[in-house]
Amino acid sequence: MTTSSEHRDLFPGALEIMILQSLRLKPMHGYALVKHIKQVSEDLLRVEEGSLYPALQRMLREGWLEAETGISAKGRPTRIYRLTDAGIRHLESEVSSFERMFAGFTRVLAAAQA
Amino acid sequence: MLGLGHFFSRKRRYDDISVSVQEHINERVDELMEDSMPREQAEQAARREFGNVTLLRERSREVWQWQRLESLLADLKHVFRRLARSPGFAITVVLTLAIGIGANTAVFSVLNSVLLRPLPYPDSQQLVALHLNAPGASGLAEFRSELRLSPSMYLTFAAHNQVFQSVGVWLPVTASITGIAKPEQVDTAAITGGVLETLNVPALQGQWLTAADQDSHSLGRVMLSYGYWQRRFGGDPGVVGRTITVNSQSRVIAGVMPRGFKIVNYDFDLLVPLAFDPTHEILAGFAYRGIARLRPGVSLSQANADVARLLNLWMDSWSNGPGNDSHWYLNWRITPALQPLKDTVVGSIQTVLWVVMGTIGVVMLIACTNVANLLLVRADARQQELAVRSALGAGRWRIARELLLESVTLGLLGGTAGVAVAFAGLRLLRGIGPGELPRLTEISLDGWSIAFTFSLSVLSGLFLGIIPVLRYVPARQRLTVLGATRSASTSRERQRGRNLLVIAQVAMALVLLVGAMLMIRTFMAMRDVDPGFSDPRSLQVMRLSISETLVSDPRTVIRLQNSILDKLAAIPGVSSTGFAASVPMSGGEPAWNNIYIEGKKYKDDNAPMRLFNYVSPGYFQTAGTRIVAGRDFTWAEVYNLRPIGMVSESLARELWGSPQAAIGKHFREWDSMPWHEVVGVVQDVRENGVDQVSPATVYWPSITDGIYGPGTFDARRNLYFVLRTSRAGTESLLNDMQQAVWSVNGNIPAANVQTMQDVYGDSMARTSFTLVMLAIAGTMAFALGILGIYGVISYAVAQRTREIGIRMALGAKKSELAWMFVRSALVLTAIGTAIGLGAAAGLVRLMRTLLFGVSALDPLTFAAVPVALVAAAALASYLPARRATGVDPVEALRAE
Repeated sequence: MTTSSEHRDLFPGALEIMILQSLRLKPMHGYALVKHIKQVSEDLLRVEEGSLYPALQRMLREGWLEAETGISAKGRPTRIYRLTDAGIRHLESEVSSFERMFAGFTRVLAAAQA
Repeated sequence: MLGLGHFFSRKRRYDDISVSVQEHINERVDELMEDSMPREQAEQAARREFGNVTLLRERSREVWQWQRLESLLADLKHVFRRLARSPGFAITVVLTLAIGIGANTAVFSVLNSVLLRPLPYPDSQQLVALHLNAPGASGLAEFRSELRLSPSMYLTFAAHNQVFQSVGVWLPVTASITGIAKPEQVDTAAITGGVLETLNVPALQGQWLTAADQDSHSLGRVMLSYGYWQRRFGGDPGVVGRTITVNSQSRVIAGVMPRGFKIVNYDFDLLVPLAFDPTHEILAGFAYRGIARLRPGVSLSQANADVARLLNLWMDSWSNGPGNDSHWYLNWRITPALQPLKDTVVGSIQTVLWVVMGTIGVVMLIACTNVANLLLVRADARQQELAVRSALGAGRWRIARELLLESVTLGLLGGTAGVAVAFAGLRLLRGIGPGELPRLTEISLDGWSIAFTFSLSVLSGLFLGIIPVLRYVPARQRLTVLGATRSASTSRERQRGRNLLVIAQVAMALVLLVGAMLMIRTFMAMRDVDPGFSDPRSLQVMRLSISETLVSDPRTVIRLQNSILDKLAAIPGVSSTGFAASVPMSGGEPAWNNIYIEGKKYKDDNAPMRLFNYVSPGYFQTAGTRIVAGRDFTWAEVYNLRPIGMVSESLARELWGSPQAAIGKHFREWDSMPWHEVVGVVQDVRENGVDQVSPATVYWPSITDGIYGPGTFDARRNLYFVLRTSRAGTESLLNDMQQAVWSVNGNIPAANVQTMQDVYGDSMARTSFTLVMLAIAGTMAFALGILGIYGVISYAVAQRTREIGIRMALGAKKSELAWMFVRSALVLTAIGTAIGLGAAAGLVRLMRTLLFGVSALDPLTFAAVPVALVAAAALASYLPARRATGVDPVEALRAE
């Protein structure tokens, strides 16, 4: 998931959530996704290509995404990934379950500090 | 799961991935160039950052694939392409495996059909054979392995048992069928009620013989076998209710039994009812084979206990006539030893089949070892390629999978071809139809055989593949191997694997050769036995039967038989003729009883049992059985019913010390019988096969005083006529014989027309079958083992050419160098031989029952086989070793 040892592995499903959330803003192609996540996370997270493309294919198979032929900013042919309704539903349920998990996680950490 | 639509749109998906990845890299390149990096450098950097494009594409594509099936298919395509590139290798391996797997499948099918599959009767596990032992009937064991049932036993068992659903007895007999075509003698099973009920196979047409058919006063009906129905009646569905003439009596056909139905293992043409008359039956008459169906939940030991009870009841209820002690048979100590019917059907063939299966299995192992060697050489050649691929990031599992896929593919190809080999082998076997093999018609390739073939193919494939995998699928750190193929240590390591294979081959070959050698010694020992007849090739045998309904008077029967004999003797080319109630090794149900010697007292009146035969004057001379002392019968004595007899040499020695001393002595069968005078002593005859003891035998004239008192006579109505002639076995002689018989009486059919050589050969069939199988296996193993040694030494010589060059340059003698290689071969052979000898000593015990005249640990065999093997190994290694001495040191060193 990450390239250097300071970056730690994310939990399973995190990559999917980030991709879905990013594509919710606007449809993007692969490289744009990588750059977007890198920028938004202010270089804290970096998506490795080796994980990105298989993940995109998995999500296409699940029907969360659609791929369409498009043109990149430089005018070359590429594939643009767009969120589907099923993708939005999945994202929302994932986010809420993630938030619950994170809230619990924070409470446990806080209790340990006290 | 994925829909079919996905499958078809996959091409588009794959394009999508490629396009996306390409654009990804391009954008990165643009970005780097914007940071003023030169294009070339930017492209390199972008690709480096991106990582393994191919791997990523593969991973992305796998998402759309059916559980990696397609990457497996892709690998499979590679495998076939690689095999196609070396067809010689592929064909050698597939053929070797095909023969190995095919032979194993064939033998397994036989084993499965004969030993493992249940008998073809409903709930066959309930079926038992009523086997009785009589250890107190001394002498019986010489010619009978069990005491058969008497009619009175059957009647008692049927009426009073508490353990059987049904019980019946039967007897293989022959019957003359007249009035359809030519008179014909057919194999017939005479059955009581209870036999068909026990076997419980419904009739195909009509109905079973019923209880009404068992009435001795009714004419009785008959049933046909499927085969006879087809052969004689063309499968006519209206045959039920028609009459046929059986033994000159017309009988109504009650029904037809279905195809493949046998009475135990007797393949009959006709079923006739046995009708015992309880008012006339006595205790004796031990000739019938009993079968029964156990009630559900009854065990063999419970059944044995009940039969033991019934035997006492039997002695209480019957007698051997007035004045006889009905409990006299307590002397025989008759004990029930019921056995599952399957054991009776399968008989002694079990050992042979397991030995053959083991043998074929070992050959398979040796063949696999050879193929493994080939695969190792091939993997050697690919070692560099594999190391490179591993360095480029191919996973260990991935490489292992490919190697295993190749070997399993070879295994499955071999297995597929093997099924064809097995099919052909089984057809051949059914064609030859060895008489000793029971359930021959049931042998087939079934699901179990196919499952066996499949697992054998996969297992041998994995076995073959695992050796190169263990060796060549490197851990990451072994990348150093790359380019270091010539290092002495790796080649030595490789050599060690090959050495182990050779040792295993030598050991296995030795075991098989010892087995084959023991069978050869057995066969030779059997050939050396004097069977009690001479030159079986020129001895023609024919069985004739004159039923009571055709000719009732015993004296007329004997005159008829005498005139047939005269007609046969008049056939051109026939030098002598005779007849006997049984000929050696023909496997008929013999006559026997106790024999009392004049002037001798017997404890409890229990004289030993002796085998009986009834012979015509001239029979012994015709058969080539030597008369050791005294003389033959004359026809005048036969017609005048003179009380005379002959005895076998062993009986004469047992009773009177020598053959000469026996002449003029007297014996008889029962009290009221006149004493019979011994007029001649003949050599011992191997009645039950050359590997069985010669039973003590009494020979009677063919017409004797009847058992029902003075003035009654018994003639033998089923006789084997024998002819000594150089024309034996020819079609023209058979015609002449049939004409000779019909010129006397047109209603007498001939049966069992064969030469004595056929009879003799049949009795050796089990031994020759085992011998042939072991000899083939042993020869193959020997050849493969020797090839293995040759290969290993050749390889060693080729690998060590440089070393040889150096040694020669340093002054080593040629003969020393050659010896160095021969010695290493001999060390391998010696180790293999030692292991093999140990294994053989243990394994040959299993075949002890197949041996005759030779001990399982025969010193000659155990000395000769290793010597032969070592000599052959020395030769096989000397040939390549000599090549080493031809090495030119300068050339050898330059070649590096």
